[in-house]
Amino acid sequence: MKIIEFIKDLNWSARIGLIIILFFAFCAAFAPWVAPYGESQIVGDVWEPIGGEFLFGTDLIGRDMLSRLIFGARNTIVLALITTACSFSLGALMGFLAATMGGWVDQLLSRIVDIIISVPTLIAALIVVSAVGTSFFVLAAVIGIIYAMPVYRIARAVAMDVEVMDYVEAARLRGEGLWWIMKREILPNAMTPLAAEFGLRFCFVFLLISGLSFLGLGLQPPLADWGAMVRSNSEGIAWGFMHPLIPASCIALLTIGINLLVDSLVHKASGLRDDH
Amino acid sequence: MTESLLEIKDILIEADIEGEWKPIVNSLSMTLKRGEVIGLIGESGAGKSTFGLCALGYTKPGCRIVSGSIKLDGQELVGQPEAELRNIRGNKVAYVAQSAAASFNPAHTLLDQFSEAPIQHGKMVASEASVRGREIFAQLDLPEPDTIGERYPHQVSGGQLQRAMTAMALGSNPDIIIFDEPTTALDVTTQIEVLSAIKEAVKSRNVAAIYITHDLAVVAQMADRIMVLRYGDLVEEGDAREMLANPKQEYTQKLLAVRSLRDNKIIDDAQNTILEIHDVTARYPGTNIDVLSNISIKLEKGKTVAVVGESGSGKSTLARVITGLLPPSKGTVSFRGEVLPASLKEKSRDNLRSIQMIYQMADVAMNPRQRIREIIGRPVEFYLGKTGAENEARVLELMKQIEIPENFIDRFPGQLSGGEKQRICIARALAAEPELIICDEVTSALDQLVAEGILDLLQNLQNELNVSYLFITHDLATVKAIADEIVVMYQGKIVEQGPKAQILEPPYEDYTELLLSSVPEMDPDWLDDLVERRKRGEAPTSETLGQR
Repeated sequence: MKIIEFIKDLNWSARIGLIIILFFAFCAAFAPWVAPYGESQIVGDVWEPIGGEFLFGTDLIGRDMLSRLIFGARNTIVLALITTACSFSLGALMGFLAATMGGWVDQLLSRIVDIIISVPTLIAALIVVSAVGTSFFVLAAVIGIIYAMPVYRIARAVAMDVEVMDYVEAARLRGEGLWWIMKREILPNAMTPLAAEFGLRFCFVFLLISGLSFLGLGLQPPLADWGAMVRSNSEGIAWGFMHPLIPASCIALLTIGINLLVDSLVHKASGLRDDH
Repeated sequence: MTESLLEIKDILIEADIEGEWKPIVNSLSMTLKRGEVIGLIGESGAGKSTFGLCALGYTKPGCRIVSGSIKLDGQELVGQPEAELRNIRGNKVAYVAQSAAASFNPAHTLLDQFSEAPIQHGKMVASEASVRGREIFAQLDLPEPDTIGERYPHQVSGGQLQRAMTAMALGSNPDIIIFDEPTTALDVTTQIEVLSAIKEAVKSRNVAAIYITHDLAVVAQMADRIMVLRYGDLVEEGDAREMLANPKQEYTQKLLAVRSLRDNKIIDDAQNTILEIHDVTARYPGTNIDVLSNISIKLEKGKTVAVVGESGSGKSTLARVITGLLPPSKGTVSFRGEVLPASLKEKSRDNLRSIQMIYQMADVAMNPRQRIREIIGRPVEFYLGKTGAENEARVLELMKQIEIPENFIDRFPGQLSGGEKQRICIARALAAEPELIICDEVTSALDQLVAEGILDLLQNLQNELNVSYLFITHDLATVKAIADEIVVMYQGKIVEQGPKAQILEPPYEDYTELLLSSVPEMDPDWLDDLVERRKRGEAPTSETLGQR
């Protein structure tokens, strides 16, 4: 079994990371069954204490925090996943194109990317989202395009290293088309660094969505997401309630979990041995 | 002095191979006297580098010394703390690596790097070190020894860099120098300069040396004594002259055996010309230097033309012109009587199919993420449209032709040895059923015996399939073994061309003679004789060629 071998190969920190990720993924996938209450169901008084009748208390309008965290995991993680997948497909495709075709295609794509990347991420997202609206797909598209830019740079750099190999030249001499060269010669050899980068980008996307939600431009209420939960409960802090810290720590925990796993993958991809 | 300087006894070194400790040096012993040179010879994987390096008390990462003793001047090295060993390395024992280009730091000047070890070991201060550096640079025949130290590694040639590295090793007056294949990456003509510089330096200082190489002819020039290693075991040990004259073990005899010359085929009339290169001149885009000028070559069906020259002679560029990767600025390439389109994009699939290429480095010529099945099967599918079971049958048939077991079909290139990889590359070329195969230095990355196997295979395939070869190489032994016709190139021009017998027999053209005379021979006196003859002006040197 490949999966078992994969897990055996991981070191301890990576396994912890994997457990964290699987735990959140489980919550996200089975939210309606796992959560004790509905997503926007008002179940009690406002700011019910943590550890009382409700495990994580209730929020500012009396919804169960635990249930909202679980549903929030679903919205936030799924959105982040789709967005990261978008940015990777787009970024890698552009990067490979630039590396294999070179010349003006490379110049054009690289300059476009330079322009987009020169605008700070959060500001670019804020401008576009406030102009176009905040539906699920707009968010995915906007963040996807913004984060495709750094992916482009990495994909291009990796592909350029692969592109000069004799086996790519051999494929060209055989008369293979561009698509085949990108898909069969370059992609398999660029997979490891790209996969590691995927985990990292996933975190960034996740944080950006949470950040946008915190500013009120992410997913709109009553949909639960972690960033919005931090924001809407933030005034509780002033009254001594710990509630906003719970979704915040979920964000931190998932980010840490992903980074633990990714670190070990990057380590492996770089070919370093443990004894170095 | 008869007292031994270095005494290695029953050393057992193991390596971590996929999680298991396996012995790679099997209880080998060696004694080295002051001023003596021992040659360690063997194929890759023989354990010769590992054994040589242990004289520094050093093992590569992933290796460990299990038992045995290493005594340097009476001091035991096994079990010494790192700090003590560091004091010895570069000080009493120095190391010269195979690839000088990879061993120098590109961000520092040669003299800075030369001075580092003596200063670190507290032997000299900076000003002394720079004086000494100039002295040694001069001794090693480096040009402009007073100022060459201010250059950066990329500003000197490969041969000079290798000598600079030897200078570095000599810098702190070591007792022993370990040379690890110092000339393997160099051209034959450059190799001579480095070899004679090293030999002179070692002799005049009376330092002991361990010379590691896979080339018996080179070790014959350098060593007093030779140890032949194979799979971590000692095959034969003895006095160099005696062993070369009278090898006892079969393996040593095989290494010594002179390659058989190919029978001269009768050259038919020009009816069968398959490839004709007519007056081709080419330069790389954005430059204004002709890498090739006025090249004309004809190749008959079923014959082999060898293109010989050192690096920079333009021989690989010629391959790029024929394949269409570099369109020529002047002249034409015709195939089967038709002029080929200059650029790759305009070529028909049939044209592409008929001319195949085999590369020097089989490791990078195959996609490491594809299985043998796909590597060989893809051209079968791409050119001949065979898929599924038909494709697999053809792949298996090809694997049989190149003498690779059928069960290798689902392996990745990384799971094959160097020779097997090159065989797969040959099969990939054959899969297209070509009429011409361009072989670009196909054997230069391989061990001698493996290389001979590959040449044999190519020969048999030619007899069987009547395919033509354009054989690009710097190795004259290969040429003697396989060519019908020879084209000698120098600085982008053809110096001489003609049937093998005509080129390889006197009277020689000057450059051809330089190349021929630079190929190391098994005779231990060959290097000294040659250097002597060149000094007297009886044999051409690179310098005399440059003046013409």
